[in-house]
Amino acid sequence: MEEKIEKHTIAVLVDNEPGVLARVIGLFSGRGYNIESLTVAEVNNADHLSRITLVTSGTRMVVEQIKAQLDRLVPVHKVHDLTDEGPSVERELALVKVAGTGERRIEALRLADIFKAKVVDATLTSFVFELTGTTAEVDDFVGLMAQLGLVEASRTGVVAMSKGPTGF
Amino acid sequence: MPEQKLTGAQIVIKALKDQGVDIIFGYPGGAVLPIYDAIFQQNDIKHILVRHEQAAVHAAEGYARSTGKVGCVLVTSGPGATNAVTGLLDALCDSIPLVCLSGQVPTHLIGNDAFQEADTTGITRPCTKHNYLVKDVNQLARTMHEAFYVARSGRPGPVLVDIPKDVQFADGTYIPPTEVKHKTYRPQVKPEIARVEEAIELIATAKRPIFYTGGGVVNAGPIAAKLLTQFVKMTGFPITSTLMGLGAFPASDPQWLGMLGMHGTYEANLAMYNCDVMINIGARFDDRVTGKLSEFAPGSKKIHVDIDPSSINKNVAVDIPIVGDAGAVLEDMIRIWKARQKRADQTALKEWWGQVEGWRARNCLNYNRTEAVIKPQYALERLREALRGKNHYVTTEVGQHQMWAAQFLPFDEPNRWMTSGGLGTMGYGLPAAIGAQLAHPDAIVVDVSGEASFLMNMQEIGTAVQYRAPVKIFILNNKYMGMVRQWQELLHGSRYSNSYSEALPDFVKLAESWGCVGLRATTVAEVDEVIEKMLAVTDRPCIIDIAVDPKENCFPMIPGGKAHNEILFGPEDSPSDATPEDGMVLV
Ligand SMILES: Cc1ncc(C[n+]2csc(CCOP(=O)(O)OP(=O)(O)O)c2C)c(N)n1
Ligand SMILES: [Mg+2]
Repeated sequence: MEEKIEKHTIAVLVDNEPGVLARVIGLFSGRGYNIESLTVAEVNNADHLSRITLVTSGTRMVVEQIKAQLDRLVPVHKVHDLTDEGPSVERELALVKVAGTGERRIEALRLADIFKAKVVDATLTSFVFELTGTTAEVDDFVGLMAQLGLVEASRTGVVAMSKGPTGF
Repeated sequence: MPEQKLTGAQIVIKALKDQGVDIIFGYPGGAVLPIYDAIFQQNDIKHILVRHEQAAVHAAEGYARSTGKVGCVLVTSGPGATNAVTGLLDALCDSIPLVCLSGQVPTHLIGNDAFQEADTTGITRPCTKHNYLVKDVNQLARTMHEAFYVARSGRPGPVLVDIPKDVQFADGTYIPPTEVKHKTYRPQVKPEIARVEEAIELIATAKRPIFYTGGGVVNAGPIAAKLLTQFVKMTGFPITSTLMGLGAFPASDPQWLGMLGMHGTYEANLAMYNCDVMINIGARFDDRVTGKLSEFAPGSKKIHVDIDPSSINKNVAVDIPIVGDAGAVLEDMIRIWKARQKRADQTALKEWWGQVEGWRARNCLNYNRTEAVIKPQYALERLREALRGKNHYVTTEVGQHQMWAAQFLPFDEPNRWMTSGGLGTMGYGLPAAIGAQLAHPDAIVVDVSGEASFLMNMQEIGTAVQYRAPVKIFILNNKYMGMVRQWQELLHGSRYSNSYSEALPDFVKLAESWGCVGLRATTVAEVDEVIEKMLAVTDRPCIIDIAVDPKENCFPMIPGGKAHNEILFGPEDSPSDATPEDGMVLV
């Protein structure tokens, strides 16, 4: 049981001050923890608070360590393990550039429609699609586009929030 | 209170005064000249000019550990700050409260590769508990007070404040400490009572219990040490401690089993291995202590009290974790133990003590007593006798002499013993001794040293002479990096690669060149004589060169990767099969 690797999404509320991201990233590299994705932006202008969403994996003991180590950083306000704390929603945003003409171009557009991706840029030979969805949906879409002239994909990584009326 | 305009440098000094700082250890340079100028114009804070910034930090550690106060350091930008890095990490590893102020190039030059610019907050981020770069003079007072608060609260540690030169010159507003409340940092001091009650129930049913205590008890203050002693006496259980925790429980007490771990006593390590209930208070299951993790106290239930939640379940999974200050938890433990009228299982305890006494009778610290050569253990035994009953403090360097000092010098009180535990920094002992001596001018302060470690910060004799700090540098000179040689014997076929101390100075002449007293013992008969002479020197440092057996090794020893019951007692235990392959990679 101990050795099972679990994937966890962790939300961290921090003071938006210089170096805070370096502290978080340094913690992960210094202690050899995994980061599968990390997103960060200020969520409270008045108090200068930023929300970091981290996806990480490790044994239960390691995940508990990660949370304790994060909590120990001085500018950290709160650490929430969204995976542990009940149902949550997770979303990623991707920009996907596809180049091609003819049948491939039409097929790309058709698939984009099915995935509810938006066209945010178009030329005669290319599209940039904007897609929001779970990591798996974005993976699927990018995988399909790879066969239809994918040039580039840019992804935000996961942002997440607990379901229901209470915070986090 | 009306708003006061002060320069940044004045704000620094005022904040230090308001934080109760009386001594600051430092070294000047271009980027801190305004602060040095402000120091010049006041008399409340004494500045101690060291000879190297690393030593400033170790001296502040010695000051902090011997007083329980926050140690304070001042260094310049660039090389000043990078020289301080080892000291900062040392303090982080051993949870020593420090505030280190560093100068920085003016804000408009930051990032331009300016002269003596270093990304000090970047470099020290993993070496400090927290650090700050202050770009606005109006944030300086708040940041200074926060730095002291963070350094001393929760699990203590070093905090660095990087101050650009233009901020030191700029005018700003001062605010006193009372007006500063930290936004986020509120470490849990009081434990969850339900957990303590659970622990008490477990403790009361123990048949083979042991207390395993660490630096957390010392850091929690003298009251915590008193409470520990009281609780241990109430239960009648045996107690051992880590290198960092020595002195929190009186070593003269019969319940004391000595230090545990790699060079710990047989009785302490076997009691740990065989215990059924382990009460860890303020120790962190460090690899020097646990040995082979899978065979660490295999049949035991474990209680772990720590102020740092990240220490719990890090290396060893425990049954009852308690987050809180050691003193606060012990107070609750004693109260609940009394209220519930608990009493240890006397029959079981008697049997357990029988076993423990059996291990103790093995007399594991025994060594080959001889008149032919000075054994390092003998020199320390004589030092112990000479210091008995006297007000004294001991620091050490790192190596065999450090472990022998831990084994042979007993402490009945906390804050008397200072050694670099977590980082194992050679060169720690002399500056730490100076810091302790300046905090306790009338006490005897001895740095138990090795000839190799001494050379790492020997420039600090200059500091000791300048401030008339009569530290005693007690060198157990075995002409080797003894601990390295010992490992080479154990693991590398006795190929002594670069572990011989070639080209040593004449330590007596070295002392004399500085105006200190130099003493040497080369025969057993001379040992008492030089110790007596050394103790008579009270106005200047004293270097004592004890020519000890160059071949002696430190035992007992649990080789890396071995379990507590696989202890080596002495040279007769074959080193060749001592360490399994997987243990060899361990340090
Ligand atoms: C700064 C630093 N460099 C290297 C080491 C590795 N090291 C540990 S003990 C030791 C030898 C110490 O020799 P000495 O001071 O003579 O002490 P002895 O072991 O002989 O008592 C060395 C090199 C260290 N701990 N610290
Ligand atoms: Mg030596």
